[in-house]
Amino acid sequence: MSYTSVREMLNACKANGKPLYEVILESDLAESGLSRAASEAEMRRLWAVMCQTSADYRACDRSMSGFAGGDAAKMEAAAAGGVLLSGSYLSEVMAEALKTAECNACMKRIVAAPTAGSCGVLPAVLLPLYRAGVCDEDAVCRALFVAAGFGQVVAARATLAGAEGGCQAEVGAASAMAAAALVDLRGGTAEACAEAFAMALTNLEGLVCDPVAGLVELPCIKRNVIGAVNAVSAADMAMAGIVGHIPADEVIDAVAEVGAAMSKDLRETGIGGLAGTPTGQKIREIVTMGQQ
Amino acid sequence: MRLFDVLGPVMTGPSSSHTAGAVRIGLTARRLLGSRPLNAEIQLHGSFAATGRGHGTDKALVAGLLGMQPDDPRIPQSFELARQAGLQFSVGSVTLRGAHPNTAVLHLTGEDGRSLEVVGASIGGGRISICQIDGITTNFGADYNTLIVHNLDTPGHVAAVTGCLSDHAINIATMQLYRSTAGGYAVMVLECDQPIPDEVIAELRQKPGIVKVTSLNL
Ligand code: SF4
Repeated sequence: MSYTSVREMLNACKANGKPLYEVILESDLAESGLSRAASEAEMRRLWAVMCQTSADYRACDRSMSGFAGGDAAKMEAAAAGGVLLSGSYLSEVMAEALKTAECNACMKRIVAAPTAGSCGVLPAVLLPLYRAGVCDEDAVCRALFVAAGFGQVVAARATLAGAEGGCQAEVGAASAMAAAALVDLRGGTAEACAEAFAMALTNLEGLVCDPVAGLVELPCIKRNVIGAVNAVSAADMAMAGIVGHIPADEVIDAVAEVGAAMSKDLRETGIGGLAGTPTGQKIREIVTMGQQ
Repeated sequence: MRLFDVLGPVMTGPSSSHTAGAVRIGLTARRLLGSRPLNAEIQLHGSFAATGRGHGTDKALVAGLLGMQPDDPRIPQSFELARQAGLQFSVGSVTLRGAHPNTAVLHLTGEDGRSLEVVGASIGGGRISICQIDGITTNFGADYNTLIVHNLDTPGHVAAVTGCLSDHAINIATMQLYRSTAGGYAVMVLECDQPIPDEVIAELRQKPGIVKVTSLNL
């Protein structure tokens, strides 16, 4: 069985003297009946798709609505032109988050991580490190197992669906999973991974799901950027020894409670929030008019 | 939730419900039809109708009808590919009472002349439910090889069907029984661990009281 609490996951590491990814991988093998080799191969396949999505990005691609596409290229051009405040890693993270999320909007192939709407967050924080040679494929795959293990706990205690829990459950969860993955990659302890996860999730708690015209474009694409940047800052805080004080499991439970308290209009119905603004409604009209 | 459901699936964007699930509905309908569809009348209900074009739901359904999987990179070109493959199709909208918001109705005609109406809903995360076949309620996820038997609502049919499956060494994973209000039919939906061979279907069609046999082999 997969873990239903971060605490149990950390205890299992301690009790068996095993690293986090190992404990997570073993729990999945017991549940799925897959062999270790098959499971590792599947993770390598997912990582290969994440790399390919980024490589297949084209600045000229546009979504069906015409509102999404081209932003990652702008970001890269600005980075090359030296006009950005962020350093090279962060500006690459932002560009990668836009790339994958724009590819998704433009009907290209992505890995739902954990959802299609939040697919840009994990690759965004990992790709620049991988390309710079900071980590190899094996280390990335271990970090992805760590991310997935935390995601399983969110699925068990709360939800990973925007329609149920708002965007805190999609981009928020993706961000928290990415924060844990980054700490693992940097050689942090299992405890530090959990702290990074908890702080990242805390900082996006309450985020609503309000896609304009119901499409996975606005605000979703740029939310992937905040998800990725938030993951980096939470991972850095954890590596600095900062703690969030509210344990990861309690943060997840808070997310579940906040999600349940959210109005239906703010849970992927495309009614409230940004979707309900005058401009949001105008965009909906334009998009639905094109349909008839 | 399984680890590779948290990370994954690999899919063509933008939406697991409106795109990946729609491909699976199309693909499942093609498999239920049992032959290459030549004509497809597609109707979208609810959120599928409202945001379907922006999410490529229409292209995804057609892609599935052409036999594509949810991660096929050719999904955006499916309309063009359908024309090349000789599949005539139309896409419209419909309002169904009490249906899941992400529902599609597909009227299909295959190259062997058989026709079939399938109602499918995309219920989240790329998972689907086939809600109706030819107007009779069903409810299965198309994750297994599935045998659907419509029979007269008289005794003995369940035993006949399960007996036939066991004769062919086919293991039943789950079984559901429905009674249709329309026409006094009963429906059996059997999810099986092994594919359902053509002999089984032919044999069942011969049995008295069995009205219709449909199968889904993955
Ligand atoms: S706003 Fe809603 S649809 Fe968009 S990424 Fe967030 S949860 Fe997903």
